[in-house]
Amino acid sequence: MKYALKKLAAMIITILCISFLVYLAFDIIPGDAALASLGTDANPERLASLRKEMGLNRPFVERYFDWLASFLQGDFGTSYKYKMPVADMIASKLPVTVIMAFISFAIMALASLPVGIYAAKHSGGRADRVITVINQIMMSVPHFFMGIIITYVFGLVLKLFTPGGFVSYDADFAGFLSYIIFPCIAIAIPKTAMSVKLIRSSCIVEAGKDYVRTAYSKGNNTNNVLYRHVLKNAMIPVITFWGMALADMLVGSIVIEQVFNIPGIGRILLTSISYRDYPVVEAVIVLISVVIVAVNFGVDIIYGIIDPRIGA
Amino acid sequence: MIKRGKKFLFASMLMTLTIALCGCAGDKEAKDSNETKASNERNVSMGTADSHITIGILQDLDSLVPSLSQGAGTQEILFNIYEGLVKPDSDGSLIPAVASDYKMSEDGLTYTFTLRDGIKFHNGNPVTAADVKYSIDACAGLNGGEPIISAFSNVASVDIADGHTVAIKLKESSASFLAILATVEAAIVPADASDLQTNPIGTGPYKFVSRSLQENVVLERFDGYWGEAARIKNVTLKIIADADSIVMNLEGGAVDMVARVSTAQAAELSDSFEVAEGTMNLVQAVYLNNAAKPFDNELVRQALCYAVDRQEILDFVSDGKGALVGSSMFPAFGKYYVDELKDVYAKDIEKAKKLLAQAGYADGFSFTMKAPSNYQQHIDTAQVVAEQLKQIGVTANIELIEWETWLSDVYQERDFDATVIGVDASTLTAGAMLGRFVSDAHDNFTNYSNADYDDAYANALAAEAASDDDKATQYYKECEAILAKTAANVYIQDMCKLVAIRKGYAGYTFYPLYIQDFAKLYIEE
Repeated sequence: MKYALKKLAAMIITILCISFLVYLAFDIIPGDAALASLGTDANPERLASLRKEMGLNRPFVERYFDWLASFLQGDFGTSYKYKMPVADMIASKLPVTVIMAFISFAIMALASLPVGIYAAKHSGGRADRVITVINQIMMSVPHFFMGIIITYVFGLVLKLFTPGGFVSYDADFAGFLSYIIFPCIAIAIPKTAMSVKLIRSSCIVEAGKDYVRTAYSKGNNTNNVLYRHVLKNAMIPVITFWGMALADMLVGSIVIEQVFNIPGIGRILLTSISYRDYPVVEAVIVLISVVIVAVNFGVDIIYGIIDPRIGA
Repeated sequence: MIKRGKKFLFASMLMTLTIALCGCAGDKEAKDSNETKASNERNVSMGTADSHITIGILQDLDSLVPSLSQGAGTQEILFNIYEGLVKPDSDGSLIPAVASDYKMSEDGLTYTFTLRDGIKFHNGNPVTAADVKYSIDACAGLNGGEPIISAFSNVASVDIADGHTVAIKLKESSASFLAILATVEAAIVPADASDLQTNPIGTGPYKFVSRSLQENVVLERFDGYWGEAARIKNVTLKIIADADSIVMNLEGGAVDMVARVSTAQAAELSDSFEVAEGTMNLVQAVYLNNAAKPFDNELVRQALCYAVDRQEILDFVSDGKGALVGSSMFPAFGKYYVDELKDVYAKDIEKAKKLLAQAGYADGFSFTMKAPSNYQQHIDTAQVVAEQLKQIGVTANIELIEWETWLSDVYQERDFDATVIGVDASTLTAGAMLGRFVSDAHDNFTNYSNADYDDAYANALAAEAASDDDKATQYYKECEAILAKTAANVYIQDMCKLVAIRKGYAGYTFYPLYIQDFAKLYIEE
């Protein structure tokens, strides 16, 4: 319990630091929301009055603590660019990113488990060597490039989807799914390859340990040993990786969103940064930090379930 | 027996499987023919009630409230939803819109507008004199607050004469006032509209239906429009965040039209697209900081002009497309544009070197040329210019900066040596292009300072105030000539604008301003 509390405190401090650094970064880089909004129409009077209106004329520290105070009360503020509540903006785009992440995760988990176990079981065999080579290739292809290839093959050649023809989840859910499945594959492929590699090597390492010999000596056959004993232990590093992968999929789909023209959280973040739209950037970054921290926390808990020694 | 039974079972399973497979195939065929039917229906229905076009735009709209809208990319879309008392036509002239008629008083200080009979907002309410007063007051800051458009600080008062007539009084007469009234910011909006940001209401040919941030904006034809109705009923604007995927979006069928494609993209497009060519209506130049060394020396600036081969830039950057310019004015301006100025400097390396030597830079010099990283055309131009300047021993180091940084460092702080950018006009008034070179103008980011220029410009304004248009035009032309002769900047071109549109759609109309007019688009029968 004490451990959990300590961890929670560390998490909160981390997130506070991040939010402060983001504010600081925006204070240092050239340009601000008033200037971005006025563009070449800016003259000193209009700039001054708009800065006053947006509250940008106040000292940086004061602005930060004001923002923090209202943020902690659940008020995320109003976007400078869209002049609408930041919470609404995020709420309308979050489902896109979250659904994409979970589909990608499902593809990764469902594809890598059987392949990884198969490769481990037949390690050194021809199938294993073929898998290893394919894996190596898939791992080294960056996902945006995978996205471009998938768009070309499935979109332009096979015409299974319309490149750029994203449909929102609230307009047509089936159409939404049939579009995002392709970016999800693009996200999942490199992660699947890494996961297969990890499952394979982890199983092989475990299989060489003493308790495995004991299990065999008790009369278990290979499958029994593998599924009842080896796999459970072998999964611990894999779950760490899966946790990281899930966090990565939740927050790191920015590039794929660009390639497939998907308006998700990543897109909101990118445009808000270039527009110096602090309230939106702050909210998105804090959200991302919370997700990462929470996923790590979740992984810790799952460890405890798989291996009761860790919880104690 | 058992054996026979097994055989029978196998045979019947095989049968079932075959039937099932047939069923699948049948379903598929049925589905296919349904699809064909549906797409046929779509083809037939094109041009009638349910006509539709999806247009790709490269950035999301900033604000849906006309007076708060900032980006040119936003205002060119809002043009379809909102209208001012007058609005620009495709030939650059102003045509009556919300007002059917106007009169200017003898002294040029009072404009009296008569509202169009029966004109309605998208919500069905008639446009009243009170709505006009509310909208103009807001622009001029007469409701309290700063004027939203600085040009409107010239408005003294807006008076309702009767339900159909509004008189706008100015502090000083201004020849450009009508042009300013025609901008999107000065659009007429309902006085009682609660939230234009989420529910925009105007009088334009299209009404707002819905929007999804960073995804799309959906418009529908306004059937109560006073003028010629739009021909395509439904318009969806799709935001293409990644400019590199424009071709894919077009070819894949996600969008039917994009109004700004590069020459490279146009070349990639298949023959199911038409590419219309126009001009961007801006002046692309290497803008020089006239206050920074060595560009404070006119000889150095002239040397650069002689060293740059502008036709070569066009050939490299845009396959030779675009219009060469020689001063801060582009051809679409018509009467103000002086074509001869583009020939003031012909490429002459020897002369350039001589001028440099005369200025004391016989061995050349180096400077930093900033270009905004999101405008590939400017980056390409900068690279060709840098290469050309090497011939006279001048080294231009290209520095790519983010657009917001450009606004802050170059445009506001004027902390730069040189920058490649395009400068456009917010209204079709000469002042919109030339005003910024007056020594003490707030937007004189090149720090240009020339007493003759200031005099000529002041004379032009005075002539305008006296309603002597010919004389004003004469002075404006003088201003342009001074800019060219003193080599204020290395003027290059008005860039070409390429519009990709799917065959079957037609009617894209070029405007001398930053405008996309959807009402003129139609589907060919």
